Amino acid sequence: MRLLRLSLVLSSLALLSFLPASSSQDLQIVNAERRIDLSSHIIKVFLTLKVENTGTSPASEVLLAFPPTQADHLALLKAQAVIGKRKKKTYLPLDVNPAELPDGPNGTKYFSISLHNKLGAGEVATLEILYMLTHSLDPFPVEISQSESQLVYYRDSAVILSPYHIKQQTTFIKTPSSKIESFSMVEPTNRAGAELRYGPYENRSPYSYSPIIVHFENNNPFAVVEELVREVEISHWGSIQVTEQYKLAHAGARHKGVFSRVEYQSRPGSSGTSSFKHLLARLPPRVHSMYYRDEIGNISSSHLRLDSKKSELEIEPRYPLFGGWKATFVIGYGLLLEDFLFESPDGRRYLNFTFGCPLVETVVDKLTIKVVLPEGSLDPSVVVPFPVNQYLEKKYSYLDVVGRTVVVVEKENVVPEQSSPFQVYYHFSPIFMLAEPMMLTSVFFLLFVTCVAYLHIDLSIRK
Amino acid sequence: MKANIVARGISTLSRNFLTGSYPLRAVAAHRVWNWPSLFSSFSSSSSVHGELQTQPSSSTRPALLPAESVNTSAGARVRQSMSASETAGERTVRHAFGNVLAFFILLLIGVLAFSIRLFSVIKYESVIHEFDPYFNYRVTQFLTKNGIYDFWNWFDDRTWVLNSLNIPLSVETVCVFTAPTFSAFASWATYFLTKEVKGPGAGLAAAALLGMVPSYISRSVAGSYDNEAVAIFALIFTFYLYIKTLNTGSLFYATFNAISYFYMVCSWGGYTFIINLIPMHVLLCIVTGRYSSRLYIAYAPLVVLGTLLAALVPVVGFNAVMTSEHFASFLVFIIIHVVALVYYIKGILSPRMFKVAVTLVLSVGIAVCCAVIAILIAVVASSPTKGWSGRSLSLLDPTYASKYIPIIASVSEHQPPTWPSYFMDINVLAFLVPAGIIACFLPLSDASSFVVLYIVTSVYFSGVMVRLMLVLAPAACIMSGIALSEAFDTLTGSIKFQLLGYSSVNSQAAAGDASPDSTSAQSNALKPDKSEETAKERTSKKSKKKEKEREKEKEQVDQSSVQPRAGRRLQVLPLEASIIGVFLLILLGAFYVVHCVWAAAEAYSAPSIVLTSQTQDGGLHVFDDFREAYAWLRHNTEVDDKVASWWDYGYQTTAMANRTVIVDNNTWNNTHIATVGTAMSSPEKAAWEIFNSLDVKYVLVVFGGLVGYPSDDINKFLWMVRIGGGVFPHIKEPDYLRDGQYRIDSQATPTMLNSLMYKLSYYRFVETDGKGFDRVRRTEIGKKYFKLTHFDEVFTTHHWMVRIYKLRPPKNRIRGKAKKSKSVRNSLIISWSKAFPKFNAVSDRLNPAENEFSINLKKDCKDQEEPLAVKRFLRFYKLLSQGSEVGLVGYILLQAIFRKVIPYRDVGKISRILQYCDILVYISVFCSRRESRIIEFVGL
Repeated sequence: MRLLRLSLVLSSLALLSFLPASSSQDLQIVNAERRIDLSSHIIKVFLTLKVENTGTSPASEVLLAFPPTQADHLALLKAQAVIGKRKKKTYLPLDVNPAELPDGPNGTKYFSISLHNKLGAGEVATLEILYMLTHSLDPFPVEISQSESQLVYYRDSAVILSPYHIKQQTTFIKTPSSKIESFSMVEPTNRAGAELRYGPYENRSPYSYSPIIVHFENNNPFAVVEELVREVEISHWGSIQVTEQYKLAHAGARHKGVFSRVEYQSRPGSSGTSSFKHLLARLPPRVHSMYYRDEIGNISSSHLRLDSKKSELEIEPRYPLFGGWKATFVIGYGLLLEDFLFESPDGRRYLNFTFGCPLVETVVDKLTIKVVLPEGSLDPSVVVPFPVNQYLEKKYSYLDVVGRTVVVVEKENVVPEQSSPFQVYYHFSPIFMLAEPMMLTSVFFLLFVTCVAYLHIDLSIRK
Repeated sequence: MKANIVARGISTLSRNFLTGSYPLRAVAAHRVWNWPSLFSSFSSSSSVHGELQTQPSSSTRPALLPAESVNTSAGARVRQSMSASETAGERTVRHAFGNVLAFFILLLIGVLAFSIRLFSVIKYESVIHEFDPYFNYRVTQFLTKNGIYDFWNWFDDRTWVLNSLNIPLSVETVCVFTAPTFSAFASWATYFLTKEVKGPGAGLAAAALLGMVPSYISRSVAGSYDNEAVAIFALIFTFYLYIKTLNTGSLFYATFNAISYFYMVCSWGGYTFIINLIPMHVLLCIVTGRYSSRLYIAYAPLVVLGTLLAALVPVVGFNAVMTSEHFASFLVFIIIHVVALVYYIKGILSPRMFKVAVTLVLSVGIAVCCAVIAILIAVVASSPTKGWSGRSLSLLDPTYASKYIPIIASVSEHQPPTWPSYFMDINVLAFLVPAGIIACFLPLSDASSFVVLYIVTSVYFSGVMVRLMLVLAPAACIMSGIALSEAFDTLTGSIKFQLLGYSSVNSQAAAGDASPDSTSAQSNALKPDKSEETAKERTSKKSKKKEKEREKEKEQVDQSSVQPRAGRRLQVLPLEASIIGVFLLILLGAFYVVHCVWAAAEAYSAPSIVLTSQTQDGGLHVFDDFREAYAWLRHNTEVDDKVASWWDYGYQTTAMANRTVIVDNNTWNNTHIATVGTAMSSPEKAAWEIFNSLDVKYVLVVFGGLVGYPSDDINKFLWMVRIGGGVFPHIKEPDYLRDGQYRIDSQATPTMLNSLMYKLSYYRFVETDGKGFDRVRRTEIGKKYFKLTHFDEVFTTHHWMVRIYKLRPPKNRIRGKAKKSKSVRNSLIISWSKAFPKFNAVSDRLNPAENEFSINLKKDCKDQEEPLAVKRFLRFYKLLSQGSEVGLVGYILLQAIFRKVIPYRDVGKISRILQYCDILVYISVFCSRRESRIIEFVGL
């Protein structure tokens, strides 16, 4: 074992020596400010870095480091460069890609931010980074009864994990309420109401890490969609039919013991505070023929509010969800074709649709989007702004002969902020629209012809 | 003119339905060419018709038409002559038109029958409704997946056909729309049956009536995927095929009849009605001297083939020959053979010889019969229920069920109906039925005697069990159809006669031609012509060998059709009276339609699993509690957990919650139901033991007291007591009644107040309004504040309609002896209570291992590292519990919590790990409430 490790180290050292000069040591972070928002079960982290190139050669990328536990739960990572000062601030989105560094300690995962303009020697750039973590709040106690509120742990480091030297850094942690049971002290640590401040810390060397635990109350609904399958069926006759199948779970502290309806109904404030029974889905405007049901029939508790900008669907699962309880349901609706289907200049058609889950404040563990193209479409291709898993399928529906092409896009760990549009391009000639009507017409025609023929044949032997 | 053709078209059409291979044009041609000669031969053989020929005929009869073909009705006669004078081509066109029109009338009736049942889907949703259908649904689901039985293989094939056309159809959709589809089939079957009895006019009327009769709607709305919906179609179709065989004497139909009977056996236990009604009719025919070879052909194959096929059905099996329900058919089978033999011998012997033979055979025969009957009685008497199943016995003796089998009597649909339910279910048909019966006696044919028998028996049965209203409904529709059609026939006939009878024939013809719109009336009026033609055509197309038989048959048909016509012409009503009569009849029909639509829309469409009520602002408030509970069970319990509930909810739980149930709607295993009944009526501890022995995890009760849902378990509770008491004698009904009254208020008996059902229903109910007012029983409950000792409330739906309880895990056996532990505890309590001000004091007095522990504990507490504290605590627990005292640990734990050594929240975790220690569970429950109560608990 030891031998193996030794050889690994040796080989990595050998690799290192061949790496180009743009080593991470040339950059340093002058000032870092991190704001961690723990108010819902999706953790949002805003990171502002002031990066300075201390080396001689210009640097084109900045690396971000994450401990492996965080990297696994990382749902979204966005970076933008801040250009200009104060009032004339403009933001320039930057590409972020996973990167591999051979000498990362303890399985640290890296992401590299590619800068638009190379950072010359001595220059300073300001980067703003937003990332989101899911499933990073561990409920403790793991099981609570109906009347208790939910307490969770959040584990992180007081100092930012970074491959660069950080001159000065501060971390702010915002909790949903001021009820903080405990928190680790890494001096200087400050608590003011619902906000914790770690830092400022000066001059931390690369890969510094000092673990902290925050134990606090979080009664926000931990609504997690374990699996979501969205099927978008395009009909060139003028409509898009969307069917969404949800497997919903409450991922917070598990409910234990009795569930008393009388307590739940008479003391809504103190009983079952971590449970939820309402969900809000933001659907596109001009949605029609909406339905909300599950495998045993219609669920009657839903309200749809329509206005010109958006449609809001408020749904209630059949029962309030306590920790560990699950529910499944299906939402389906129709949309107008002209709102979503366009023709690109090269003659192809494309569907412009929203990625992600329409439910507000929910995490989707596994999202599958199936775009069912009309029969006879060719060369489908997908443009999604982030890496996804995709493949093609065939689906047979009413009177299909060759089957419809289904473009399947899969992604794990999706947060609502990823509801950005994506496009599916394909070739389609309108003549295929007539295929099915023609089939029906000809079948009926043949039927009548057969009838007529049959009536004109005299099969009787006797005349 | 057209109407004539319409009517003719109907007859041809119906034949085409059956033979399926007769070109229309050929029919028309045959009729034109063969008519006169055939008709003459026919009419000469018919005495009735001969009489009719003497009636004065129209003056301007075209020479083309032979005198024999004159019809009695004036209008019809004219049309007849006119149509005869037409060219063949014109006739074909009109004929086709008539065909199409009749076809469309039937099609529209089918559409009506289908669509009137869709209210439930439109008003509510496409969901399977009742408790029972869920079993069928599950079976279908299972079978379409696995495809075991032939019948369902066929079904599987069907869906496959649809799949090859790529029409996605879920099993549920098919199930939901099965019942409306079959009711459309049933109305067509009614048409055919009534047509065989009284002609197509009555057929159309009966089909229309059946399409919307409320009684049948109640069982076949979309979503009620029930046996009955299919069975009624099978019933009518079997009867139709029987009548058809009786009228034609064709073995082809007889075979189909047996197959249709088999289908009926497959679909419903009510097939015994068929197998008793048909023998009754056969016997009636024999007794009234109507025996014919057609009767033999209609009956014998049915019994032989039908019984063989029925025995193939797993549920029936050897019951098809063993039980008394079927004995009547075998007896009649013997009798018909004897009669056939007698007729045969009569045919070959001279009258004198025959008399001798009769006396000889009679003396021997009576002796043999006595012997056979004696044996039969002995066999029957040896079986406990005299060979009759309980449900059948309760049919014969309405008081049987309530006396002996509470489980049958407990079902509301097995109760006798009330008068309003007759009016609700068959409405105006109740008034038309007597008229229909009278019409059937003018004249009495084999077919009409059958329907008379059918209505009489079904009226009796419906009087016994409200469920059998369903059997009555088709009979009532057929009778009313006949009555309506005869009435219209008479009234419109006399209107025509009054208006046109004395004017010139040409103008009559013109008038007849000018008003083809009121097709129904006209087709009714023209019904006799058609049946005559039917007979004619039949002769024309059959081979000469069977001509003799055919003629008898024609006689048969004609008797039914011609006689009323003769009678009617003699009783021409005054014009005003007829017009008013027609108007009133239409009003009656309209009233019926309005009632049916109302019944379909309001009364019978509400699915029992979803309840609705009007809110004050006119909106709809939905009570979807059943599905809420089922969905909860489905998603939040283990897959192999068993659920106990009263058997009404068994199928639904199985299908919707996907959990195993202890008893369901089909468990005619009385003891199992009685066990659950006993458990529900027992006190908590006994009930817990029963349920635990059945490996039940959850108990589900339905409670309507909060929202006023009347069919809840408290209202069914007496049945549970009765059924339970039937098997387990320690449950006695009087224990639950105060002075013979069933009550739940403070006057209720202690047995009642302590029964599990009472407790589960009213647990913490008083906290809702402070008084515990039950809105179903309209009284305050008797026992308001109580605790459950063996059950935990795990789920209650939004309106409290379904409450689910979990059995508490069995108590852990306490190791060690109480005496020893007592002393240990005392010493430790003292030491700990002294020690509380300072932790160190405790550690000094404990042994070294414990000492180390408490030091660690202190340290951990400072660090606020709870998990570690818990871990240490557990180690401590182990140490102490080897000295075997659960209470001690609980006590220590409590003190630790109280001293804030560990936060009380974490007791949950500890108690989960030490689940077998009941005390910790108590602690956790108490701690979660309020810390102060811990002290109280220590006092306990």
